[in-house]
Formats: sequence, C-alpha cells, structure tokens
Amino acid sequence: MYYKSGTYRFFYALILAFLALLSIMCVLPMIHVLAVSLSGQAPASGNLVTFWPKEFTLDAYRETIGNDNFIHSFGNSVVRAIVGVSLCMLITIISAYPLSKEVRVFRRKNVYMWLLVITMLFSGGLVPSYIVMQKLHLLNTIWALVLPSAVSVWNILLMLNFFRAIPKDLEEAALIDGAGQIRTLVFVYVPVSLPAISTLSLFTLVFHWNSWFDGMIYMKDQKWPLATLLQMIIVQVDFSKLVTNMRDLADISDRTVKASQILIGAFPVLIVYPFLQRYFVKGVMIGAVKE
Amino acid sequence: MEKKRSSKTQLIFHTMMIPAVVLIVLFSYLPMLGLVMAFQDYKPWLGFTQSEWVGLKHFKYIFERDDGIQVIMNTFIISGMKIIAQNSFPLFFALLLNEVRKMAFKRFVQTLVYLPHFLSWVIFSGILIDILSVNGLVNQFLVQVFHMKPIPFFSDGTTYRYMVVATDVWKEFGFATIVYLAALSGVNPDLYEAAEIDGAARLKQTWHITLPAIMPVVIVLLTLSLGNILNANFDQIFNTYSPLVYDKGDIIDTFVYRVALISGEFSFGTAIGMFKSVVGLVLIVTCYRLAYKLANYRIF
Repeated sequence: MYYKSGTYRFFYALILAFLALLSIMCVLPMIHVLAVSLSGQAPASGNLVTFWPKEFTLDAYRETIGNDNFIHSFGNSVVRAIVGVSLCMLITIISAYPLSKEVRVFRRKNVYMWLLVITMLFSGGLVPSYIVMQKLHLLNTIWALVLPSAVSVWNILLMLNFFRAIPKDLEEAALIDGAGQIRTLVFVYVPVSLPAISTLSLFTLVFHWNSWFDGMIYMKDQKWPLATLLQMIIVQVDFSKLVTNMRDLADISDRTVKASQILIGAFPVLIVYPFLQRYFVKGVMIGAVKE
Repeated sequence: MEKKRSSKTQLIFHTMMIPAVVLIVLFSYLPMLGLVMAFQDYKPWLGFTQSEWVGLKHFKYIFERDDGIQVIMNTFIISGMKIIAQNSFPLFFALLLNEVRKMAFKRFVQTLVYLPHFLSWVIFSGILIDILSVNGLVNQFLVQVFHMKPIPFFSDGTTYRYMVVATDVWKEFGFATIVYLAALSGVNPDLYEAAEIDGAARLKQTWHITLPAIMPVVIVLLTLSLGNILNANFDQIFNTYSPLVYDKGDIIDTFVYRVALISGEFSFGTAIGMFKSVVGLVLIVTCYRLAYKLANYRIF
C-alpha cells in the first residue's frame, strides 16, 4: 500500500502539520480578541496581550453590558431574529410544498418558479428599494428588516428538493385517508422534514443576526440591530487607528471594550455553530451538487 | 369528481403561493420598476412622474467620469483575483484533507476552518482591524521578530487589494472545501486499487485519478463564480476600506452606496447599479448555460 512507504509517511506528517497550522490560524485572531477583552486596560492598550489575558478582569464585559445602547440593540436583534426566522420559515414551507409537486399536479408551477428565480438574478438596487420602503411607510419599523428577506428563494429551493425526496406513498396514504393538501403538509411533510427545517432555520437565524446593512439604511439609531450598532462603533470609528499611531486616552480605554463587544456580538453564532455544523454539509450539498 | 377535486387542489396551491408572491412583488419587482429613475433626473420632491427624462445621460456619465471607470476596473481586478484564489486554494486544501485517515483529526480541522464563514464581515473586520492595524498583533510580530517596518495593511491601495483577497480566502476557504470534499468522497475506490497494483505512487494517483474525477465539479464552480464576477463583496470592502484606498479598493457596490445615499445623486447611483445588474444578469445566464453544457449542471 502506498501509505506504508517512507516518502509518503514523511509527506503525511507534513500534511498533518500544515492542516493543523491552518486550522489554528482560523481561530487564532478570535483567541487574541478574547484575550484582549479579558485583560486590563493598561496591557491591552500597550499591545502587550497576545493569546493569554494579562491582568485578568471582566471590566470590559461589565462596561459593555452596562451600556444601554448595546443592550437595547441586542434586544432589537433578538426580536428581529425571532420574527424574521419564523416568518421566513413559514413562507419557505408553504411555498416549497406546492412547488415540490410535478407540473401534472400543480399546473402553473413553472410560472411561480420563474417569478422566484428572476428575483435571484436581477434586482432593482439600492435607491429604488429604499423608495419602495419609504412609500410603504415601513422605514424604522421591524418589517423593513424582516419582510424583504422573508422570501428566500434559496431556502425554498433547498426545501422543495427535500420535499421531493419524501416517498410519494406517504402523501398518497394521507390523501386516501381523506386529509386535504394542507393537512398532508402539516401532519406528514413537516414532521418528516424537521431536520431540514431546523437546518434552514439555523442558517436563517445566522443570516438575521449578521445582517447590518439594512439596519443602517432603513432604521434610526434607537432601532438599530446589534450588527448595525457594531458596524458603527467598531468599524467606522476605528479607521483612525490604521493610519496614525494615535494613542489618545479614548483609544486606550476603548480597546478591551471593543473586543468584548465583538465577542458578545459573535456569541449567538458561536452557540448555534455546533448544531449548524452537524447539518450544513448536507444542506449545502442538496443545492450544490446533484447526481 | 376527479376534475373537481383537482381544481380545488389547484386553488389551494395557488393560495399557498400568495404570501410569497405578494412579498416578492413588493420588495423585488416594484424596485425593478423604480429603475426608470436611471433614465430621469430624479428629484425626491418631484417623484417618478414629474422628474425630467434624460435618456441615457447617466449611463454615458459612468464612462466619462474617471472614478466610474476606476471602480469597474477595481471590481474586475479584485473579483478576478478572488476567483482564482477561491477556486484553487480550497481545492488544494480539500486534496490534503482527503489524505487524512484519522477521522477525529479531520473533524477537528473541519470544525475550525468552517467557523469564520458564519461570522459576519462586521465582526470579522472588527477583528482584522484590531490585529492588522499599524501597532496590532501582526505588525508587532513583524517588527519584533523580523525587524521589519510595520506594513500599512489596510491603508495602502496596492497592499489593500491583496489583503482583500487574502482575508476573503481566510474567511471562506474552509467552507468552500465542502463541495470538493463531497466530490472527492465520490471517487470510485476501485480506481485507486487498480493504480496501486500498477505501482502508481500517491502523487501520481492524485494527478491521474483524483483530479480528472472531480474536474466536472471544479468546472461548475469556476463557471458559476465567473458569473458573479461583478460581486466583489460589498460587506467586506465596506467594512475594511477607507478614503485612503478608494483608488484601488472602491468597487461598484460601495461606489453606488456613496454616490446614491451619501452624495444624493440618486439617478446616477441607480444607473451604475442597473448597469451592474444587467451585465451581471447576462454573465450569470451565460455561465449557467456553460455549466450546463460542460458538466450537465442545473439548479432545479
């Protein structure tokens, strides 16, 4: 066998080392930020912290959690995520069901299919979307954040592929027993598809939690979701630091706090990640490669 | 009876489609109608009906302005480099990962490399700005260990372009390997066994069996990413650029945002956006056709 040869063993060891190095590099920056967030202000601003906290303290987290704006935005994001995910999943399921039928069963299916796919290929762009939002009086309401993404064509495609793979016998049995289409969907299709539904829900959840641009253009600061607030306080302000060696006081006290804000902002994603990981390989595959 | 039942079913199906249709009409198709403003001098207080029609003035203006041509060039350059990097590195990584026989190690690597994909660009650039700033972790390392001058990663145009590609690879390469790994697991093991008997070394097996076997997948991914060449990633650029790097790093999407929402040139901004959408549409349709022809790929 090839893997018994000496040369291969040498290269195998090399490969393992390389892979380990790369994977650690993917999380090292986060570990650094974690270390900074847990350090005292002096070592953090003096750039003395690498991957282990110095002068361990939770002050930064205390300050972040004590910040009303931050907590308020966190709440906005939670509401947005709950409403957004429920709405999106509801629409995904009820539109994927008829679309999973064959043309013989649902005659106008392809019309709807094209209506949906066209929105994936072409869009009106920034200004017209903003004007529509304005004319509908949705600016500065949660609906501006959840309605446009409620129809996710990608989710619908994945869901209908999953529905298609469900054995026809199940559906026929339900229909013969006198259940209507809606009952068949609710009591046969949905329970059978729970793995797919939970995967797509998690993906949608991450999408909503991470979305910041819509919050920035459609909402006023009191209603910003957390991602938008973070964009403002972490990214926009921080460019001064890239250019000069500015080390004023504000900058110094900021660094640990910003690190803690970054981590709290990423926290929900890190929590759902293990669950997500269990499914997403499958989820990605349904749409990506078909035999 | 059969006929009646069927038409009732049709009605139920149509009803189920109503919410989705209403929403896409409002939030996708209405904005498309709004594109008429690209042919007007749109003034918010005049609206679509009263604003003056100017024909293709704004479209011509894109190519008369220096920054208009510049952002189109930047988009192609940044996106082109990303396409090359994002189609070669994940493939290389997947080939190496495929060699690993210890499942626990493989899963450990996968867990770590997929993670950055799920963080938003806001969070990710918050981290990047911290570690790549002039006195950040990376520069500190370069200065202390290699006695180099600190590199202005995000404030010099040329460096910025490479950084955009490098950080994009850093965030997304793991996730991009998933498709390749799946393709690799589909390669017929008999082929390797036969090659083994013929005395082919592992590298030769990779070259003559593995690569040809997954070529269709590579071609599909490459063509599909070519279709998206005008999307150089707004989220990433917007969260990492600054006026210092506008000349080399500004892309169509960020330009549209600044022109339309910051400077208030609504019609001009919409015209560039529309230019991008139309060219993008042609590219995507062409590339999907190509992917279908080359590798029999369809999305539905």
